[in-house]
Amino acid sequence: MRNFLNVAPTTLLVLVLLALTVVAFGIVRSRAMAAASGDSRKLHSLPNYYGYNAALFTAIPSLFVLVVWLLIQPVVIQNAVIEMIPQSAVDQGSSVNLVMSDVTRVANGLDAAVQAGSINPDRARNLSSSDTDVRALLAESGVALGSDVSPEVLAAAQRYRSMQGTGRLLMFAIVSTIALAGLVFAFRVTTEKFRARNMVERFLLSMLIAAASLAILTTVGIVLSMLFETINFFKLHPWQDFFLGTTWAPNFRGDSELSILPLLWGTLYISIIALLVAVPIGLFAAIYLSEYANSKVRAFAKPLLEILAGIPTIVYGLFALLTVGPFLVNLFGRGENGILGVDWMSGATSVLTAGLVMGIMLIPFVSSLSDDIINAVPQSLRDGSFGLGATHSETIRQVVLPAALPGIVGAVLLAASRAIGETMIVVLGAGAIARISANPLEAMTTITTRIVSQLTGDTDFASPETLVAFALGLTLFVLTLGLNVLALYIVRKYREQYE
Amino acid sequence: MTDVPDHTKPQRSLLQQDAHTTKRNRAEKRFKTYGIIAIAIGLLMLAILLVTIIGRGSGAFQQTFLTLDVQLLEAKLDKKGDRNIEDIKKVSTFGYAPLMSAALETKVAALGIQTELKPKAMADILSKDAAAQLRDFVLANPDLIGTSVEFKFLTNSRVDGYMKERVTRESIANDKNINAAQLDLVDALHAAGALNKQFNLSFITGADASDARPEAAGMGVAMIGSLFMMLVVLILALPIGVAASIYLEEFAPKNLLTDIIEVNISNLAAVPSIVFGILGLAVFINYMHLPNSAPLVGGLVLTLMTLPTIIISTRASLKSVPPSIRDAALGVGASKMQSVFHHVLPLAAPGILTGTIIGLAQALGETAPLLLIGMVGFIASNPPDSIASGLLAPNSAMPAQIYEWAKRADPAFYERAWGGIIILLVFLVTMNAIAVLLRRRFERRW
Repeated sequence: MRNFLNVAPTTLLVLVLLALTVVAFGIVRSRAMAAASGDSRKLHSLPNYYGYNAALFTAIPSLFVLVVWLLIQPVVIQNAVIEMIPQSAVDQGSSVNLVMSDVTRVANGLDAAVQAGSINPDRARNLSSSDTDVRALLAESGVALGSDVSPEVLAAAQRYRSMQGTGRLLMFAIVSTIALAGLVFAFRVTTEKFRARNMVERFLLSMLIAAASLAILTTVGIVLSMLFETINFFKLHPWQDFFLGTTWAPNFRGDSELSILPLLWGTLYISIIALLVAVPIGLFAAIYLSEYANSKVRAFAKPLLEILAGIPTIVYGLFALLTVGPFLVNLFGRGENGILGVDWMSGATSVLTAGLVMGIMLIPFVSSLSDDIINAVPQSLRDGSFGLGATHSETIRQVVLPAALPGIVGAVLLAASRAIGETMIVVLGAGAIARISANPLEAMTTITTRIVSQLTGDTDFASPETLVAFALGLTLFVLTLGLNVLALYIVRKYREQYE
Repeated sequence: MTDVPDHTKPQRSLLQQDAHTTKRNRAEKRFKTYGIIAIAIGLLMLAILLVTIIGRGSGAFQQTFLTLDVQLLEAKLDKKGDRNIEDIKKVSTFGYAPLMSAALETKVAALGIQTELKPKAMADILSKDAAAQLRDFVLANPDLIGTSVEFKFLTNSRVDGYMKERVTRESIANDKNINAAQLDLVDALHAAGALNKQFNLSFITGADASDARPEAAGMGVAMIGSLFMMLVVLILALPIGVAASIYLEEFAPKNLLTDIIEVNISNLAAVPSIVFGILGLAVFINYMHLPNSAPLVGGLVLTLMTLPTIIISTRASLKSVPPSIRDAALGVGASKMQSVFHHVLPLAAPGILTGTIIGLAQALGETAPLLLIGMVGFIASNPPDSIASGLLAPNSAMPAQIYEWAKRADPAFYERAWGGIIILLVFLVTMNAIAVLLRRRFERRW
């Protein structure tokens, strides 16, 4: 019995809903059969459809309400409780959010203590901080608190608990009522003539549409989540500095200079080096594979090259940091002891390190896209060119490539957008120093690297140093989106020529 | 008669190439060579990458162990002598260290090895984790207290590095963790057969360890974290992806909404993964207050990332089912929905499954979004004990664990990182092989 009660209320509710759904299926199916006096031929739809219809009416609306409830309840409670916290209870250097997290911790701690049986529910409800040491009490049941509990926090925590309790009860009541109502409705409408199949199919179709719309929802989610925080950021930090400044110097004591230009420069520089490696190699590989190679070579080399695309980026990152970087240092940075006898490079992380490795990663990306595009050029163009006496390479350079050019440009743009958004290689291989310099052997930093470093570790979502990551993310999103749209536009326009 | 040039007599043989043709042919050969060079570079890079991974990572699967006979003295471990497990638990790892030290001393004396090292310095060649290892063993087998057992202890990462030739006598000149005399002892023990490299299962099954103990770190717990994330991705992405593709491919009318959805999906496929991480941080953690570092959150983020891949491949396999199947179903009286769910979907299933496995493999290797939702920077020490804690308790994931090791200062962790990559790649290769096999076995040509 104890175990049964310990199941989180939401899980319990879901189990209840599932049971109701199964019951609904059984009851309504037999009702339909009864209505047709046992002869399923008299029914409009197959008997199971009546059952499905009831199951859908029982489960879907109630589950929908449940999900919405679970999303909204925390926000409502949080807002109500935050109002209770007086400004005086917020210490210097702290924020309402920190106090709020104390409140939730105390409330959850009390819940855990009640569940573990170390205090009884009545006592938990009537605790007051003047006669009990709440911190010690909670520590006994395994909840560690950072500081002593003030009366305001305790009161807020009690309010939080009571609201949560009421919320849970209400949720339980409302959701199961909706499920029952659905069941009753399905039961009522079930007659011989009821078009159950059409109903079920309409239901299914709307679920399919909902699934397809998730793509839109994701995009909206991405844009909104970054947009709001970006607006918050620009309230705290002048936009002129972000877009036009030249220094990136976050300082968690405030007064930081947060300009995107050095990061953008690092990003573009590394991407350009990557493309300088990937585009010629990828393009020539694609030309050879689609124009010269016999089927045996093709069947062997193409999948092997594509393995490069399937290797996770963390592997490339490690390769950059531990293999390519030290190799480049040996080449350029050891002074007399090095291979070239020069001393131009001080550390393993540099623009060149990251760029070279990213180039390797992009080779199969460029080659397989270009391969498809070159193959799509109609054979008649080649035959015409051969007929005029052109050699194979002349045909490729003067006929095939110009015909495939828009597609290849599209592929290069897609590769560029990949390079700009790539994270792990630059996090491990490019370094952390923001600067605008033309020397590829120096460490520089990129937009993605800074997003990672500003958002990992201790983050305070009220400081511009953290919020800047959202502005950087939005810039990155817009940049890559622009490149993708441009690439798709070019590719689509090209495709129409031969169809 | 006008002057007609005399064409009857050729000025040179047709079989002889003139300068222009030679030049063109040379250009032809050059062009072809460029192609071969490009492919060669690509394949060379692949070879270098694989050789590096295997060369540097295979060491992680072997570890140096020192075999000692330990006296599990009752006076130290169980003073009351009643084998009460609670009492034995009270003895901390400090209680075990002297036993190990004594065992090592005995071993050295028995083998007749001469050394000037103090017993304490001798024991330093063992791992800082060795005492905990012994303690766990005793807690599991309390009956053995009072007897002498043969036990394999992990050695210090420097000793391990010395055995793997990563650490040399020159490189330890300024190293506080080991000195030349200790290495002499190691050599002697190795010559006597007490100390040697063995297969290290705990790298595959174990948990991560703190900065000072690279020799004890393993991938096991991170693997479980990855497993739970993949479970979430599979449960969410497969049905949603298939439903979305069915709608777009079979039902969607040509209108603005459909267009918007289609453009959206192709764009989402190209959005940088880190942006999904930001989305996860803002929506799942800051707004919904799901726990930080939880595989559930990781799984949700990866689901959103994998959906476009699954949708694109599912649509391709739905498209490849010939329209005659649909027509036949409709012809015998099936509704549109029935024709899709009863006929088209089963026929497209192998293709959908292949696409899903490839999408999962992609998600398994993804790191960047996991950094933002906090799946790095802590030591996931215990495997989760239930499904709920597997989903909600903080954990790491395989690629995040590799990143974590790559960031640590001790080079012994680099070996772990490469070893971790081998494990990760084994998973990816297996998944892709399954996908290829499925395709070969079930693919239908219409």
